[in-house]
Amino acid sequence: MLGIIASVIDGVLIGSVYGLAAMGLTLIWGVMNVVNLTHGAAIVGGMFALYLLTSAIGISPYAMLPIILIGGFIIGVGLYWIAVHRMIGQPHLMILLSTFSVNLVVIGLGTAVWGTGLFNVQVSVPGVTWHRYTFSGTHIVAAILTAVIAGALYLFLYHTRLGKAVRAVANNREAAELAGIPTTRILSLSFGLGVALAGVAGMLIATMFPFTVLSGDAYQLKSFVVTALGGLGNPAGALLGGVALGLIEGFAAQLMPVSWTLVIEFMLFVLVLIIFPRGVFSFKRT
Amino acid sequence: MKSGKTVSIAEIARAPMLRRPFFWIITLVIVAFVVAPLIGNNVELRESLLLAAVYITLAANLNIMLGFAGYINFGSIVFFGLGGYICVYLIASLGWPLPAAELAAGALVSALALFFGLGILRLRGAFFALATIGINEGVAAFVSNFQPWGGSAGFYMPTTVFASLGGPMRALWIIYFLLVAVMGLSLYLTYAIKTSKFGLGLMAIGQNEDAAVVLGVPAPLYKALAYSLSAFLPAIAGGLYFFKGAFIQPADAFDLGLSTEAMVIVMLGGRGTITGAAIGAYLYEELRGSLLTSQTFSNFQLVVSGVLLLIIVLFVPGGLMGWIYRRWPRTKAVLE
Repeated sequence: MLGIIASVIDGVLIGSVYGLAAMGLTLIWGVMNVVNLTHGAAIVGGMFALYLLTSAIGISPYAMLPIILIGGFIIGVGLYWIAVHRMIGQPHLMILLSTFSVNLVVIGLGTAVWGTGLFNVQVSVPGVTWHRYTFSGTHIVAAILTAVIAGALYLFLYHTRLGKAVRAVANNREAAELAGIPTTRILSLSFGLGVALAGVAGMLIATMFPFTVLSGDAYQLKSFVVTALGGLGNPAGALLGGVALGLIEGFAAQLMPVSWTLVIEFMLFVLVLIIFPRGVFSFKRT
Repeated sequence: MKSGKTVSIAEIARAPMLRRPFFWIITLVIVAFVVAPLIGNNVELRESLLLAAVYITLAANLNIMLGFAGYINFGSIVFFGLGGYICVYLIASLGWPLPAAELAAGALVSALALFFGLGILRLRGAFFALATIGINEGVAAFVSNFQPWGGSAGFYMPTTVFASLGGPMRALWIIYFLLVAVMGLSLYLTYAIKTSKFGLGLMAIGQNEDAAVVLGVPAPLYKALAYSLSAFLPAIAGGLYFFKGAFIQPADAFDLGLSTEAMVIVMLGGRGTITGAAIGAYLYEELRGSLLTSQTFSNFQLVVSGVLLLIIVLFVPGGLMGWIYRRWPRTKAVLE
């Protein structure tokens, strides 16, 4: 019994970070109706940024968070202008292909530079012991930081003028444009924010688990599952969906080999979308 | 003027197969593939053309979904890999002859695609695209854990299987000709689909699925049929390809990189055109060959594919054929 409670708690801790990653995806999705296939690359970018910064500077990994947040934002805005801006309003197919090709370039460069071996970042945070179980300190810190960032995102979206503009564009781009909101700037800002969130999520994941250049695909998939679970374009739902996925993963890991996790997640993704297509699709339209 | 051109295209489409110029263009390409390596027994050229034939087969069949119906299939390689596994297993473990194993592989993979297709094709656009990655990952994970097929270590065939084809040297030629036949069938098939009512329905789905449904196109059925049809010939090509190598493992069979290359080829040649799929495949194969032999670029193959795809999507969405059609509008009536 205690074992189950412990694995539930750990699932919530890890799942909240998945939720943070998915928030980046769902923000872009909700605001500009773009499926961002560079999401995995952004997550891996965060991981390697942390790896490079800590080995170069050597202070606490968590101090890198603002750097990665700002760097991710700038890269995201750049990415918007390179690969996404021309595609706005075009068929889904073209946006998928353009973001997919950027992903290919990033992963290809990463593979050429770092190979596909395992990397990890040394983080020493004391764990919390409860009865026979010890919760890893990195998981706890990651969950706390996730809560802080999610709270900041909420404040931004619901209590600032700029956040209000973002929500207006998500609701109806033409009407927002007519009301005098510079929608293109809002779109690029949202894309930058989405990439920054993905990068920070990647950084937090890197403090918890070892990673490779190719890890992005698996975490991108998790983000899609979370997004499907939590409702498209809904950052708060993403956090809940993330926690749900963390729990599902925790249980699945006790029942079957790890190599099946990805398959289970994909099946979950497809099933959720098939069983709740209205609920999933209607969020934005209504 | 525009409507006048449409009529002439429609007239050509109504003519019997044997009187259409494009039918003979495809036939000429196949004859060239057969004859060229035979001149002087050129084995090096044969191997290069064999790869081109595989690329053309994959691209032409991907075109059915990506080009006609407008659905991205990121995991088209699963047909190729699964076909390879089924064929190699039937020959090596159950002692089936090559033709029977090939047909069985094609039919089985097609049936599986129909089954999966009816499920995942209920998802639209981007969601379908994501689910296709899942199909590939799922099948790869299943095969990696499936011991009768050798798990993740893969599966060897004894080289004695070539004896029934008259020894390895002769077997390689036979496999080459069979692959060229599969390539030719892929081109004929996609051409036949494009000029049929079924193809028109698919293209209507690609333009606007809701409108197509309202006008009476049975979209779910058409999409599932297209998905299943696009599985048949790649599965056979996979069977031949891995039979030739006498070895198959999940990492090769379900390599998402090859799926990506097939997409780059379709976009490079021009989405929805048959000539484009063939020319794109040939060009890409040549490009890839020169990149692989160059010191600087052999590590950057993925990057080059990505940059190429990005440039096409951003600046030349019509691909090579789109450019040719614009430059010489009359080619539209002849080159499909």
